[in-house]
Parts: sequence; C-alpha cells; structure tokens
Amino acid sequence: MEYSQFVGRKVLFILLSMAGIVVLAGVAATLGSASITPTEVYTAILARFFPGTFETTNFIDTIVWQLRLHRVLMAIFAGMGLAVAGAAMQGILKNPLASPFTLGIASAASFGASLAIIMGAGFVAGQWLIVGNAFIFTMLASITVYGLARYKGITPETMILAGIAIMYLFSAMTSFLQYVGKSEQVHEVVFWMMGSLGRSSWDKVGIIALVTVVCTLLLMYYSWDINALGAGDETAKSLGVNVEFVRVFCMMLASLITASVICFTGTIGFIGLVAPHITRMVVGGDHRFLLPASGLVGALILLAADTVARTIFAPVILPVGIMTAFLGVPFFIYLFLRRRKDYW
Amino acid sequence: MVKITIKDLSFSYGSRKILDDLNVVVGDSEVLSLVGPNGSGKTTLIKCIDRILKPKGTILLDGGKDLQSLSRQEVARYIGYVPQSTTSALTTTVFDTILMGRRPHMGWRVTDEDIDRVVEMMKLLHVEEFALKDFSELSGGQKQRVLIARALCQEPEVLLLDEPTSNLDVKHQLEALDTVRAIVKKTDISAVMAIHDLNLAARYSDTLVMLKEGKVHAIGDPLSLLTKENIRSIFGVEAAVMRDLDRPYVVPLRSLSGEAL
Repeated sequence: MEYSQFVGRKVLFILLSMAGIVVLAGVAATLGSASITPTEVYTAILARFFPGTFETTNFIDTIVWQLRLHRVLMAIFAGMGLAVAGAAMQGILKNPLASPFTLGIASAASFGASLAIIMGAGFVAGQWLIVGNAFIFTMLASITVYGLARYKGITPETMILAGIAIMYLFSAMTSFLQYVGKSEQVHEVVFWMMGSLGRSSWDKVGIIALVTVVCTLLLMYYSWDINALGAGDETAKSLGVNVEFVRVFCMMLASLITASVICFTGTIGFIGLVAPHITRMVVGGDHRFLLPASGLVGALILLAADTVARTIFAPVILPVGIMTAFLGVPFFIYLFLRRRKDYW
Repeated sequence: MVKITIKDLSFSYGSRKILDDLNVVVGDSEVLSLVGPNGSGKTTLIKCIDRILKPKGTILLDGGKDLQSLSRQEVARYIGYVPQSTTSALTTTVFDTILMGRRPHMGWRVTDEDIDRVVEMMKLLHVEEFALKDFSELSGGQKQRVLIARALCQEPEVLLLDEPTSNLDVKHQLEALDTVRAIVKKTDISAVMAIHDLNLAARYSDTLVMLKEGKVHAIGDPLSLLTKENIRSIFGVEAAVMRDLDRPYVVPLRSLSGEAL
C-alpha cells in the first residue's frame, strides 16, 4: 500500500543517516597530526571487540582509542542530544524558532560556568565545579520557567515569555561577573561559551550517551502526544492527551539532555535549531520518525563540523560552536530558498 | 438509551458567567443543534462536554458514568470533537491527521486495523484522493471533512461539532451536514453541534436547544421551536417563519435593536 511506501522512505532515511555516521566517524578518526588510514581505524576498533580476529599495532590503538574515538563519539552523542532536544522543543512549543536554548537554558549554563570560573563558587567542588554548576543552573532555569508558566497555564506563549525573562536575567548576571572578573578569567568564560569538544573523555561520553539515549527513547514514547499537540491544545485534549503534563514532561526531558550535553561542551549553538528543520523537510512532521532522524542528522552535522574545526587550520583547533554556524547557515539558507512548501 | 445527560451545568470565566444551570439530554442516534446568538455559550457548552473546559455540575456519559471520573483517554473513546477551525502549526499529511484519531485506541505502533479504519473513514468522507497531501494545502471544505474523518476514527458514541459550516460555501455546508446526518442515522452515533444558521439547523436536526445568555431558553423539535416569538426574544430579530415546506424556514426581516425585546 501507498502508506507503507511512505513510511518506508522515512525508515530508509534513518538507515542511511546511521550508515553516514559510521563512515564519517571512521573518516574523522583518520584525520589529525598522525595520519592513519580508514581501514586501520576500523581494524583498531574491531580489534578491541574481537581480539585475535583483527590485528592492530599499539601505536594505532592508542591514537584511535585514547585520542580520537572518544571525541568522535562525543560529537555524535552531543549532536544527537541537542538535535533531539531541539526537535522536541519545536514540537511542544509549536514554534519553528524554538531550540534547546529557547527557554533560557544556554544563558543559565553560561552563568553557572562563569560563577565557577570567576568566583570559584559552586555546588560541587574539584574538577566537576564548572560542569556541576552549568548543569545545576540549567535545570534551575527550566524549573523556574515551569513555575512561572504554571501561574498562567502551561501554553507555548507563557513558556516562551518566561524563558525570555530567565534568559535576560542570567545574561545580565553573567555580564556582571565578566565585568568584575580578571581578564584571563573572562577569556576562559568566553571560550567556554563558544562550545568545544576539546574537553571530551570516555567518562563524559558515557554520561552524555546514557542521558541522550534514555531521554530520546522517553520522548519517542510520547511521539503521538507531541504530534497531537501540533493540532492545537483543544484538539489534543479531545484526543485524550494530558496536554499540560506532556508539555512539561517533554520540556524537562529536553532540558535534561541539553544540560548534560552543554555542561561538558559549552553552548554549541545552531545544531538544535537547524537539524530538526533539515530532517522535517525530508521525513515530515511525524515525531515518531522526526525525533530519531533529527538526532542522527544532528550527530552528522556536529561530527562534520568538529572534524573540519580540528583540521582546517591545523594545528590550531577552532571551537566547534563557531564551525557549526559557518557550516550550517549556508546549508540552511539553501534548503530554505529551494523548499516547495511551507513547513510550518 | 441516553448518550449524555447534562445536569445543573454552570461555567464561568473568572466572574463572568458563561453557562448558567443548564439541563440537556442527548438521546440515541439524534442530531441535536445548539442555536443562539454570539456569546450565548454554544461553543463553551461543546467544550465542557468534551472536558476541554472544566465546568461545575454533572455530565453523565454512557449510561451514567461521571465525566469527571473518567480519564481523558476514556472520554476520547466516547466523544469525538470536530473543532471549528484548526491551524496546524506542524505539517502533517491528511493520512497522518486522520490517523491521529486512532490515538485513544492504539499503542505506539500502528496496526493494520488502525490503517483499515483510516482508509474506511477516508472513503466515507471522500478524502482518499488527498491522503498524502499536506493538510494545510486543503480547502476549507476538505479540511472539515478530514477533521470529521479523524473524529470518526475515534469510534465515538457522540460527535461534537463546533460550527461545522462556518467556513464553507453553500454546497459544502449541505454536504457536510448531509454526511453528519447520514452517519447518525446509519450508526448509533449521536451528534451535538453548535450552529448559527437556523435554517440549516432546522433542516438537519432532530432536536434544537435554544441558548440565551448561558441559559436554556427552549428545547424541542425544530417545527415547534422556530417561531416568530422565540426568534424575537432570543436574537432580537423580527422574522417571518414559513411553514409550507416540511421544515420551518426563517426569513429574518429586521433587527429590533433598542426596542424592548
């Protein structure tokens, strides 16, 4: 039947994206100051899983496993998380301009990090100070937005307005900290805010992957409800959806993903906005497919951006946050100019 | 069997009372139309019945179950709602829009039975040719039919329609209401609709409920209810009512604004 073809096309797109990620990951791991071939990379990866079947050298094993692979995986999971969070936000807020950062999350994270860098103050001590602060302030911002919006009813409008208020509050406080901070501290804050994958490690990859995968699955469980919200709150209610709960719960999941990504990477913009748009143009607006497909597209974009950022001015490594915008904007404008229909 | 019993129903927005102590019964397999001037509470009553709004008083469904004690999902299986107009922010195809009506029944996966249901309803409402078009590209009449198909996919006992003819031309108005009436007479479903056009209401309804300022002014069959006196006191309009057709026909003559109603 025609419908199964229609669904088949979406599944095909998802499979192709997955294959694209595997290929690109291999390519990304070959690029760097020590040159190794894609075959050597894949062999080194497989050698750990099937020792004996695949042979590799110590040198290549070290480069792949200790230097490059965790960064590649970090790019994949961070890109996936930001894109899924963005797709969910656009769905529950019914707003094409929504992104993971719409509700003031980015400025809250920046404030948390600045507080740690400039004042050395925070909720957790030691090496997790900046990370912990960024995470906690992000979640704090989400809860405040929810609290404010509750007074007037949880609608997209109330949430966006509350989010904007929170965003300005935290950016004002960040500016204040920067004003009183020493110049090298301010430099560190600015660098943190640009977003980079340079601080990746296997532990961090593990945390981001776990949170992203679990939250993505939960969001996908609510796909039908998010679809129904798109038809309007009243219609969604008439279809049996508990509108306010779904909106708040999905917002919290999206915030949780975003918080756990950006506390390690800094604010990597653009992925969460543009990946869902690109995906929607291909697979359409059904969140059962849109959410996972967006995640894969986000992973591809961030991995590509990080690979370019690492190599284009090597040995200088650009922050990936700058790269995502440079790569994404022209592509986005191209799609936007040639589109046939209104996607919103 | 009685489908819906509404007892002492009131609803206020803040201190403004919209519905005031309504009592209405919706019977089996009937078309019941709510008529009355703007602001008389027609749409509000529809939304209260579907629990989109939370009223005071009792609404009993399905042989005496209290609406408030049911879950949204259970209500969605009993009542299908066709909104006045929908501005879908997200793009969806016609097929996916109608498939959404299966939400109260299905899990995450779409079964063959769900798809069969959707196809059946698309055929019934003659929208199958647009199945993979975007919902937003359709005309007003087509959208209306898609939304009715979606509500019917819920397999409801009652269909609520909020001004089903407001965006349609004459031909589509007749077609939409013909469809609703045919479904009601063919199946066990009852329909409750808010409607402005008295002549359409008279022609397609079994029962009229005249609302004025949130109160029930009169309930009855179209022939006995659509009189000069009722129209004057509800709408403040001087009208001629012709009775030589099988249904009454109202010709509004002039507004009585300023005069004693």
